[in-house]
Amino acid sequence: MCGNEALAEAAIIAGCDAYFGYPITPQNEITAYMSRRMAEEGRVFVQSESELAAINMVFGASATGKRAMTSSSSPGISLMQEGISYLAGAELPAVVVNVMRGGPGLGNIAPSQADYFQATRGGGHGDYRTIVFGPSTVQEVADCMQLAFDLADQYRMTAVVLADGFLGQMMEPVVLEKKPGRKLPPKDWALTGAKARPQNIVRSLWLPEGSLEELNHKLQAKYDRVQADEVVCEQYDTEDADVVVVAYGVAARIARSAVNKARHEGIRAGLIRPITLWPFPTEQISMAADELRIFLTVEMSNGQMVEDVKLAVNGKAPVLFHGRPGGGVPTVEEILERIRQLSIPRRVRTA
Amino acid sequence: MSGRITINTERCKGCGLCVAVCPRNSIVISKNSNGNGYFPAQAADTDCTGCAACAIVCPDAVIEVHRDDPANIKTIAGPKNKSRVSLVEEKA
Amino acid sequence: MKTVFARTPTLKDCPTHYCPGCGHGIAHRLIAEIIDEMGIRDRTIGIAPVGCAVLAYNYLDVDMIEVAHGRAPAVATGMKRTNPGKIIFSYQGDGDLAAIGTAEIIHAAHRGEQITVVFINNAVFGMTGGQMAPTTTLGQVTATTPKGRSAAREGYPLQIAELLAILPGAAYVERCALSGPARVRKTKGAIRHAFELQAEGAEGLSLVEVLSPCPTYWRMPPAKAMEWIESEMIKVFPLGRLKG
Repeated sequence: MCGNEALAEAAIIAGCDAYFGYPITPQNEITAYMSRRMAEEGRVFVQSESELAAINMVFGASATGKRAMTSSSSPGISLMQEGISYLAGAELPAVVVNVMRGGPGLGNIAPSQADYFQATRGGGHGDYRTIVFGPSTVQEVADCMQLAFDLADQYRMTAVVLADGFLGQMMEPVVLEKKPGRKLPPKDWALTGAKARPQNIVRSLWLPEGSLEELNHKLQAKYDRVQADEVVCEQYDTEDADVVVVAYGVAARIARSAVNKARHEGIRAGLIRPITLWPFPTEQISMAADELRIFLTVEMSNGQMVEDVKLAVNGKAPVLFHGRPGGGVPTVEEILERIRQLSIPRRVRTA
Repeated sequence: MSGRITINTERCKGCGLCVAVCPRNSIVISKNSNGNGYFPAQAADTDCTGCAACAIVCPDAVIEVHRDDPANIKTIAGPKNKSRVSLVEEKA
Repeated sequence: MKTVFARTPTLKDCPTHYCPGCGHGIAHRLIAEIIDEMGIRDRTIGIAPVGCAVLAYNYLDVDMIEVAHGRAPAVATGMKRTNPGKIIFSYQGDGDLAAIGTAEIIHAAHRGEQITVVFINNAVFGMTGGQMAPTTTLGQVTATTPKGRSAAREGYPLQIAELLAILPGAAYVERCALSGPARVRKTKGAIRHAFELQAEGAEGLSLVEVLSPCPTYWRMPPAKAMEWIESEMIKVFPLGRLKG
């Protein structure tokens, strides 16, 4: 079972009621798998006429209280930005999977992490956030799906799962089982027909003076709660590390190998691996920066998460970057070489 | 058969569609404006038949139409169509 | 005296933001009456477009949603597919449906989604100040066709009903108008038929195109706007039941 299919099956296990998607490499297996399995489960599958329509179908299904998702790859996700902004404005839960590929433009179909800004800063209009996951193994991709649906429902937000061509296509052992989900609030806001209750309205238009401002404050308070409670991050060998690599997803797998090799050479290296890219593990990185360290951010892009790392470190320590854009993939050797260079000054100081 | 209409003059926007469609021209635009500054429609009470043409075209649903209760009218079946009501005399 | 005509409960008892003589008010009332007559208020979900009717949820007392410009048919698809037992209707203007949302409406019909679409064609963009819409007639002056629409520059008025009628997925397509009591009655009959099809679970999409007056941006008094529909608009957009 490849990553894409594991992701799809995990979504089904998580109780996804409806899938809407449009073909785009490298995520096609999700759409194909869903078309077969959702029918078997008696649930909804629609291949839409565009990604733009797909996200709006999610909007409709979600507004009636159903768990809905879509998946696409970078260019398709760009088409969904308007819809995602509306989902945020109307406070509707949704799950969006982006199997990232090389960009910008038509780019290529190689793996990439160049949609980090789009996902974490929000490519749509207005002040809004989406929960963003950056899994690095097929098992984690599957686990993220369950968490994504739960958090989306709990906070009435969109949860984005960032995978890439590698994760989508690779085969790895994965355990797929229903984990006990969170206790979630009832969806009494959902549109089900005003039976013995006043009408429900799902909207994002707030014309009266100050009403949109009020909504924005409400959204921000929600986002603050998510930032406070829902950060997920792995720290690997960072306690005594001189050089801390910060990476997520597939880049983190490569970085981990480089860290291990560096350790064999006697270099104290470590890895901080954000799993939730938003909410970003600002605190964990900031604490790591309290001791004198050097940070090396590794990404499959021209450097996007590095900015968040800099914000977290906040000048307490140098933050360097190493990355390969346009579908390029950094090698273990490249990262190891950078770690070696960065660790020399440290050794001189203590010698 | 005679009818009567009531107009919620406060909410009427004086668009005049009812005036235009009334087959008996028994609706006029009032001389004095309502709270919103519109000059609302006003029933002229000449010979309204309660046909509801005005209410049907009213964009703001401000017209209610009342018609004589058929119960107190003796009906005689019309020549062609048995069910058509044809007024002969109106009982008290 | 017996009351033979009064406001129906699903039409909220409140003023509307529509201009005097605007067709939206009439169309809203018809939909509210139909919903009450069919007794489906508690399982109907309406979709408001982006346009003058974006505030439809302030006037129609059913569960409603307001969606991105032009995307209503896609939203309706998401709703209907996951809630086959509900009655989903999309209420859209000509900018919403015939301009930005053309792909969505064509594909919703192409897939035969079992939804009802009430398409208000008033030949201009109302909310944004009277710009040309795809359904603006040739020669018609609008904010963006100051010299009148010319086929050479702006193409021909888009006939949505005909466009959709050829799609097998479109089960019922009718075009009617609001330009007088008889026309309004026929429009109500058409919209009612569309709702009934959906209520009976009939296959395919039902769409009623409603020629509607926009006195403000046609720059005519309301009564004249009604006449203009009869004398001009119907020539470009012939009325009738095109399908189903």
